Amino acid sequence: MSLLEVKNLQVRVEEREILHGLSLTVNPGEIHAIMGPNGSGKSTLSHVIAGKPGYEVTGGEILFKGENLLEMSPDQRSAKGVFLAFQYPVEIPGVATMTFLRTALNAQRKARGESEFSTPDFLKKVRRVAASLNIPQDMLRRGVNVGFSGGEKKRNEVLQMALFEPSLCILDEMDSGLDIDALRVAADGVNALRSPDRAMVVITHYQRLLNYIVPDFVHVMSKGKVVKSGGKELALELETSGYAQFEDAA
Amino acid sequence: MAAVQETVDRVRRIDVDQYRYGFETLIESDKAPKGLSEDTVRFISAKKNEPAWMLEWRLEAYRRWLTMTEPKWARVDYPTIDYQDLYYYSAPKPKKTIGSLDEIDPEILETYKKLGIPLREVEVLEGVVRPEGERRIAVDAVFDSVSVATTFQKELKQAGVIFMPISEAIREHPELVRKYLGTVVPTSDNYFATLNSAVFSDGSFVYVPPGVRCPMELSTYFRINERNTGQFERTLIIADKGAYVSYLEGCTAPQRDENQLHAAVVELVTHDDAEIKYSTVQNWYPGNSEGKGGIYNFVTKRGDCRGNNSKISWTQVETGSAITWKYPSCILRGDNSRGEFYSIAISNGHQQVDSGTKMIHLGKNTTSRIISKGIAAGVSQNTYRGLVTAHRKATGARNFTACDSLLIGDKCGAHTVPYIEAKNSSALFEHEATTSKISEDVLFYCVQRGLSQEEAVGLVVNGFVKDVLQQLPMEFAVEAQKLISISLEGSVG
Ligand SMILES: Nc1ncnc2c1ncn2[C@@H]1O[C@H](COP(=O)(O)OP(=O)(O)OP(=O)(O)O)[C@@H](O)[C@H]1O
Ligand SMILES: [Mg+2]
Repeated sequence: MSLLEVKNLQVRVEEREILHGLSLTVNPGEIHAIMGPNGSGKSTLSHVIAGKPGYEVTGGEILFKGENLLEMSPDQRSAKGVFLAFQYPVEIPGVATMTFLRTALNAQRKARGESEFSTPDFLKKVRRVAASLNIPQDMLRRGVNVGFSGGEKKRNEVLQMALFEPSLCILDEMDSGLDIDALRVAADGVNALRSPDRAMVVITHYQRLLNYIVPDFVHVMSKGKVVKSGGKELALELETSGYAQFEDAA
Repeated sequence: MAAVQETVDRVRRIDVDQYRYGFETLIESDKAPKGLSEDTVRFISAKKNEPAWMLEWRLEAYRRWLTMTEPKWARVDYPTIDYQDLYYYSAPKPKKTIGSLDEIDPEILETYKKLGIPLREVEVLEGVVRPEGERRIAVDAVFDSVSVATTFQKELKQAGVIFMPISEAIREHPELVRKYLGTVVPTSDNYFATLNSAVFSDGSFVYVPPGVRCPMELSTYFRINERNTGQFERTLIIADKGAYVSYLEGCTAPQRDENQLHAAVVELVTHDDAEIKYSTVQNWYPGNSEGKGGIYNFVTKRGDCRGNNSKISWTQVETGSAITWKYPSCILRGDNSRGEFYSIAISNGHQQVDSGTKMIHLGKNTTSRIISKGIAAGVSQNTYRGLVTAHRKATGARNFTACDSLLIGDKCGAHTVPYIEAKNSSALFEHEATTSKISEDVLFYCVQRGLSQEEAVGLVVNGFVKDVLQQLPMEFAVEAQKLISISLEGSVG
């Protein structure tokens, strides 16, 4: 069974159709890259999969592990293993990162009928993962993303991904705003999470990220549809020739 | 559907009928006849075996009250209260005279147990062992109009601290009560305070002698149980020279269709180098989702920093009541005295809150600090009203005020009404205010990570009020945090 099946998805935002019949199938263990010009609907797709309010699905369906994802609330989707690393992670003043991580992890576990982590077990786990991502302890005591640099915010997303162990990771432009070293650290973190039963959808504008996180498939999106799919070489092709050739296809 | 519209719809479906403390305790009670007259005042005074001077004091207040009119300047709206349709005195009928906790009506003990109130002396009596170093709290429990139990009397006595129902203090320490009662909030102060002076039936009295640091937190739990009963507590706390005391106040009431009146008066006095820390977690019944029922909370709280270098600090978490009208204030009379006001006021459903503080700078180099966090959800209205003044002689007076409001949904309102008045040119007053809406993006971030919509709101709001929560004693902070989440249940999602 596929992990994620998006079939002929049509989505509107404020009366305007943004996705016009998009299809995508992702199997466990695979890495898919989605590329495409600004405004082609990449973030919209990721938001609809995660269940963000404000989008109206007018056609098509999304199956996750064979179940109708569109019927689930966003927190149920999260507990089932959908993780979205945001293009723009928000700040939550007054809520210590550590508190947030623990509240979220335990909420997910509770929803799955699993026992909550004990404090020492939780701390051990966070410290180990944080160390592997070069995240200093004092950052975990600060408010969620408050005063974090762009790179720190992205690393905090990868930290949560590692902690929650989701089965589908959608990374929306995790390379934006990262310098070369930060990119390598974050990508290493992501690669460490590759596993036969976990899939990733990596949204990016740049071939560079795909040198670090090597995809099995590359899809080109234009005007709310997937217009071409291929192997990792498709990304290289785009780097030289741009998106213009696909405009007509859409 | 747009994100904002969705929230609005959720808010429309709001249900605040989830008040946890809405149960009623069935006990026999001893009531004064309905209505208010000189006879009611005499009845209450007689019930309490009060000395003649106390009755005179009450009657004078009553006569003055007859000449006054109810204030209407607050941003609250409620039907006219019929003062003749209320009971002014209700006492649980004692099975016999109460000598110790185990003689209290078991129904009442059960109530406090349900409320989670630590009448820990019960545990001590039953031989329950608590871990070393855990802080203990002495509790005075007020049920309707009378105090039913004050715990840890012996230990407090050893330290020289007087902590007892004010009705007892009037009989046992008349010299202290006479010296201080009404000196901070005079009987003529305002409509509700004057009414309270005439008919108050109980409350707590605390006196901490010179140089004594009270060995434990003191706490009073107020519970309104009887139908159609006004509750008028009177609290008087005195910290003599160099003394320190931390006092906590908690409040709950059963769910009722009618509105119930609560008009308390709290007076605090600090002498030289003394400090009083007064914390409140107010969770009176707020009324149902249609705005029916709930407590009208019209309270006068004032502290007098009478001595030099003295300090009074108010911390309040206001989540309950249909209407809140409350301005805990500090008169900074002594030189170098300091007043603080930390407030979290949450309104949901049809609640109306008009609360804030007054800092009256009279002495030299007096300082004050106001941190107010207002959260409005549902169709509620939340107003901060503050007054900071410096007297002509208040050289070097300093105030810092920060008022932040958070709106959940767009059917509610937050208002900030600061008054500032400096008659001394060296006074320095700073005021900051912000109003923001709870962000849909932040909520979505949280639910994406597995929190339910309600948990997400609770978390974001607790982050918003963190600076104030930190001012509460540990046990209360945890309680308050839970309470904040509960009182916002149904505000979204
Ligand atoms: N809330 C909204 N209201 C109106 N239009 C929207 C809204 N959200 C997205 N859109 C529109 O939908 C289209 C797709 O946006 P989306 O953010 O999905 O693009 P993207 O492919 O992620 O672009 P980028 O590469 O710049 O991140 C854009 O034209 C955008 O303006
Ligand atoms: Mg995008």
